[in-house]
Amino acid sequence: MLQQLFFGYYAFMIIILSLLVVTRGNPVHSVMWMLLLFFHIAGLYLFLNAEFIAAIQVIVYAGAILVLFLFVVLLLNLREELSLRQIAGSWPAAFFIVAALFITVTAALGAYVQGPVGSYSIEAIRSETHTKALGRLLYTEYLFPFEIASLILLVAVVGAVVLAKRKLRS
Amino acid sequence: MVPLHWYLTLSAAVFMIGMFGFLTRRNIIIMFMSVELMLNAVNISLVSFSHYLQDMRGHILVFFVITVAAAEAAIGLAIIISLFRNKQTAHVDEMNEMKG
Repeated sequence: MLQQLFFGYYAFMIIILSLLVVTRGNPVHSVMWMLLLFFHIAGLYLFLNAEFIAAIQVIVYAGAILVLFLFVVLLLNLREELSLRQIAGSWPAAFFIVAALFITVTAALGAYVQGPVGSYSIEAIRSETHTKALGRLLYTEYLFPFEIASLILLVAVVGAVVLAKRKLRS
Repeated sequence: MVPLHWYLTLSAAVFMIGMFGFLTRRNIIIMFMSVELMLNAVNISLVSFSHYLQDMRGHILVFFVITVAAAEAAIGLAIIISLFRNKQTAHVDEMNEMKG
């Protein structure tokens, strides 16, 4: 009962906050609501016994990505944008598409049959901590994707500098 | 015990809200934030699947999704800055040079 109550609070807040993010006119307000949304999603991850994922949700998403967004919103002068029409005129069509897709996806959920469970039960994770279990898997079985992820970050760093530079020296 | 279906429905709802935002909003920064919202919705469903199937692979996948989201945010915001430098606007209706 208490678990359902917890989940209900988080689900309600996540949906309300994502609606606020999408509908606010001022991008700064959107970023602030999104900060609160990410903290609630991190709480949901804690509820699902994923401490490390909750921590990187707060550090990377709330700490790094949103600060980047806030910097860009404050760097661009969007004062005259706020008077323009913010929502496309064809929003009922978009609403129809989204509602139809939502109904399709939730109807497909009824056909879901759970497969065999793996070896990482809550007790197994708790005995060696979540971070250690994740790290062991990441540095053995998923070492190659992990290296590719570092390459993606390198490309992002170089690409961001090249794109945002005013003029490249010829 | 909270059933898995609740998490998946929540994830689908957040994904659809993000998609609605992407389709209707005309401010490029908020469109970009809607994409982040959709990535987060997928992360919720991955972590909940991982919890209910007692498998760590979903967490690994979330780790990579967050990495790609960070890279995407850096590149995308750099593109927005250079777009704004050329057009002085963040309104996507103004950006129609590529239209045939």
